[in-house]
Amino acid sequence: MKILLKNIEKENYKGNLKSYLKESGYQALEKALKMSSEEIIKEVKDSNLLGRGGAGFPCGLKWEFVYKEKGRPKYIVCNADEGEPGTFKDRLILEKDPHLFLEAMTICAKAISSEEGLIYIRGEYIEGYKSLEKAIKEAEKSNFLGKNILGSDFSFKIALYRGAGAYVCGEETALLDSLEGKKGQSRIKPPFPTFVGFKDKPTVLNNVETLANIPAIVLKGGERFSKIGSPASPGTKLYCLSGDVKKPGIYELPTSITLKELIYIYGGGPDGKIKAVLPGGVSSCFLTAKDLDVIMDYKSIQEKDSMLGSGAVIVINNTRCLVDLAKRCAEFFVYESCGKCAPCREGTKRAKELLTNITIGKGESGGIELLKELQEVLYDTSRCGLGQSALNAVRSALEKFPDEFEKHILKKKCDLGVCPI
Amino acid sequence: MNERKVNFTIDGQDLSAAQGTTIFESAKSIGINIPHLCYHEKLSIYGACRVCVVEVKGKPRLEPSCATLVEEGMVVKTNTSRIRRARKMIVELLLANHPEDCFTCDRSQTCELRDLAYNLGIRDLRFQKARKYHYDLDETSPAIIRDPNKCILCSRCIRVCSEIQAVGAIDFVNRGGKTQVLTFFNKGLNNVDCTTCGQCILACPTGALRERTAVDDVWGALSDPKKFVVVQTAPAVRAAIGEEFGMPAGSLVTGKMAEALRRVGFDKVFDTQFGADLTIIEEANELVERIKNKGTIPMITSCSPGWIKYLEHFFPDLKKHVSTCKSPQQMFGAIAKAYYAKKIGVEPKDMCVVSIMPCTAKKFEAQRPEMRSSGTQDVDIVLTTREAGRMIKEAGIDFVNLPEGDFDKPLGISTGAAVIFGATGGVMEAALRTAYEVVTGKTLEKIDFEEVRGMQEIKSAEIDLDGTILKVAVAHGLSNAKILLEEIKNKTSPYHFIEIMTCPGGCLGGGGQPMPTNEEVRLKRAESIYQEDRNKPIRKSHESPAIKEIYKDFLGKPLGKLSHHLLHTHYIKRPRY
Repeated sequence: MKILLKNIEKENYKGNLKSYLKESGYQALEKALKMSSEEIIKEVKDSNLLGRGGAGFPCGLKWEFVYKEKGRPKYIVCNADEGEPGTFKDRLILEKDPHLFLEAMTICAKAISSEEGLIYIRGEYIEGYKSLEKAIKEAEKSNFLGKNILGSDFSFKIALYRGAGAYVCGEETALLDSLEGKKGQSRIKPPFPTFVGFKDKPTVLNNVETLANIPAIVLKGGERFSKIGSPASPGTKLYCLSGDVKKPGIYELPTSITLKELIYIYGGGPDGKIKAVLPGGVSSCFLTAKDLDVIMDYKSIQEKDSMLGSGAVIVINNTRCLVDLAKRCAEFFVYESCGKCAPCREGTKRAKELLTNITIGKGESGGIELLKELQEVLYDTSRCGLGQSALNAVRSALEKFPDEFEKHILKKKCDLGVCPI
Repeated sequence: MNERKVNFTIDGQDLSAAQGTTIFESAKSIGINIPHLCYHEKLSIYGACRVCVVEVKGKPRLEPSCATLVEEGMVVKTNTSRIRRARKMIVELLLANHPEDCFTCDRSQTCELRDLAYNLGIRDLRFQKARKYHYDLDETSPAIIRDPNKCILCSRCIRVCSEIQAVGAIDFVNRGGKTQVLTFFNKGLNNVDCTTCGQCILACPTGALRERTAVDDVWGALSDPKKFVVVQTAPAVRAAIGEEFGMPAGSLVTGKMAEALRRVGFDKVFDTQFGADLTIIEEANELVERIKNKGTIPMITSCSPGWIKYLEHFFPDLKKHVSTCKSPQQMFGAIAKAYYAKKIGVEPKDMCVVSIMPCTAKKFEAQRPEMRSSGTQDVDIVLTTREAGRMIKEAGIDFVNLPEGDFDKPLGISTGAAVIFGATGGVMEAALRTAYEVVTGKTLEKIDFEEVRGMQEIKSAEIDLDGTILKVAVAHGLSNAKILLEEIKNKTSPYHFIEIMTCPGGCLGGGGQPMPTNEEVRLKRAESIYQEDRNKPIRKSHESPAIKEIYKDFLGKPLGKLSHHLLHTHYIKRPRY
């Protein structure tokens, strides 16, 4: 069952308008143009599609919020600032099948009565940027975008913006600030972007992968979509499999798949013996070899005290030192913290210091308690998701692999010879 | 604001407040002062220090009380172990990055971070071994020094600079742990459009911003036997300096201050208010001249050096609207050296004029090249009210219990019109008291111009000068001034005469005043200033015997040749960066 990669995985698929049209491209838009806003939103709500950006918010509900808002104009913003380490799925769609989600954005615009869409693409995605630029021109030329689309009274244009390399701009409100030309830093929520978004107007903010599901939902019906995969978060999902696995890559699979199936059936099995898995990139919590039967949907992974996030599944084998990995995760957040709120800016810095000390044999036993408290306070008080989840990986490493930390601290020893003790 | 009321509870107390009220404000109304750092009553909500977090039932995380609005049925707790632990840790984290030099810090006694650490019960610094980052100080400005090492990135300085003062000389640069508050391209405060008003110092919770201190220079002059050291004190200082010694806000301490300065060792204790009276004579006559001869109108006051620098950076094309009168400080300096020094047989170069000002911009003003009409620098050293307080403490003087002293003659004689220079609207009122009598030749009976008093952001009035209607406006805080300036620029300004003061509340809220300087304190200082005006036997500048004497003996007439040389100046165009 392929929804997102159905075109890309076809031989000779070029990703241009011609080949997209050959694969029944823009038929969903044609259909949507004949539907009312309520009808389109109903299909999306029926599909029970959850946002693929990480938070897993129901997409149809989000559209409905914006549809019901009275403020004008309304915007649709596509979050293509894919930045979570271990995530590379949006990139594939951006580069290889850009029309898929241009069509989706246009459908969304029709549903919420928006006349302007904006795509915020990760600065490093140069290929994706070029391919999008080309696709937008193609779509405009053939009147899939622009004034009076396909002869209807509906007009919609899409502008393309490149990020400048800040991870935090993947956070929706920081993205909006960046789009407005400001420093990319999170806003205070509420109000949420659905009510006060781009230029303080009602705004739908969707991730690339979320949008890429829309044409299929409109064309084949929401109900049909809702029956695919796990009932709690239906559909297929793009899993980015990386780390110690024989066949890393992007796999589109129904959300009812287990972690074990993903790694063993599709990933060709682990490279070495599985010690831990990060199911949602470095902001998620470590799962262990005991958790392999978990279903890869939002709810099931949450029940395991971790999160699916954007689906960056990083496999870690038993040659890796968890203390070292925890330190690396913390390091990433020190670098990427926007610096606005005190707990995230200062806390990540100190967590990294405490962890570095442990890896070089200068760890103190009180350090563990302090790290745990840091994680709790950062979760409790940080302004945005970045700080709130910055020490998730560290906390889970401490909880699930306490012996490794203890050995580093008390015996000044890294059994795996990874840390420079 | 929406008048719909919502009902909620804070720490078990049932409350009702208008929709749009924050948890922080509601808590305050029932006597709960939620600890905070980045919150500031006059600035936009920033919500980034996270110290003011509270528990809201049903929310997974703690919520910032400054940025969270009360809602119907909300159940808030402001004091639980979870909250106390979070606040404590956040402050500890800030301290981990903070120099441990409280002994020698300017803000030792007034630091909000130190206070918070104490109040939150932080007795053990768990991140003490943490690496501290070191940044270079910005020492380019003659008035203000920035120490980024003490900065906790609360953005209060940035917000006051852009929101209250409409300047925006500083902003955040870099990201994450490398975030800093800097000037454009790190050029330094003196090389950008900073007006040196010092409102950032008042807004700063720590010692990251301070005046460039000149206390040691004053001690040096006082101990130099060759120097004849005179001191002048600005109107707003007497209504505030008592606060440095723990006296209630706005205590009027004119006599104690004069006595303390004499005991500190100044040869003569004079009053900037003499200069203020002189300013009124010149400025009121300039206004009358401009109106009579169809000169450039509206005319704007020129006493506030931060405003003058703002004009030079942002509105240089409006230069000709500004009165050419020097500020009272500078008029005093020129007269002290060019007139008084000669009178007592002291060479101007052997005289040292020290001013005590509520202001940091006065430090900048004193060293302007235009301010040397006596042949040397007219005002040698400028101290803020805070620095003067420190000198008095250093001398071991029991300020609170001092007897009432008095100023020396003749440059210590002044009128009620001069003292109100310290409050917003005061220069306008003082000028009107004189202008009325100059224009009409009649005695002004009702000398209180209530319509230009008070803390309203822009005040305007129409004054009947015996048939001629004079339209006047008063603005304090540069963002308010900007509104009036835009009107002039767009040629829609209806006014003849405008008073602009750089700081909110006027000089009494100046960047050199004791801390805290907030709305409540400003109002109390204003009360004292108007009280002093009422107590003065003479309340119009042109009736001052000292002023009459100096025109008779020395200056000749207002706007005359000597006045022009000593008491007037000109302005230049300055780049923004």
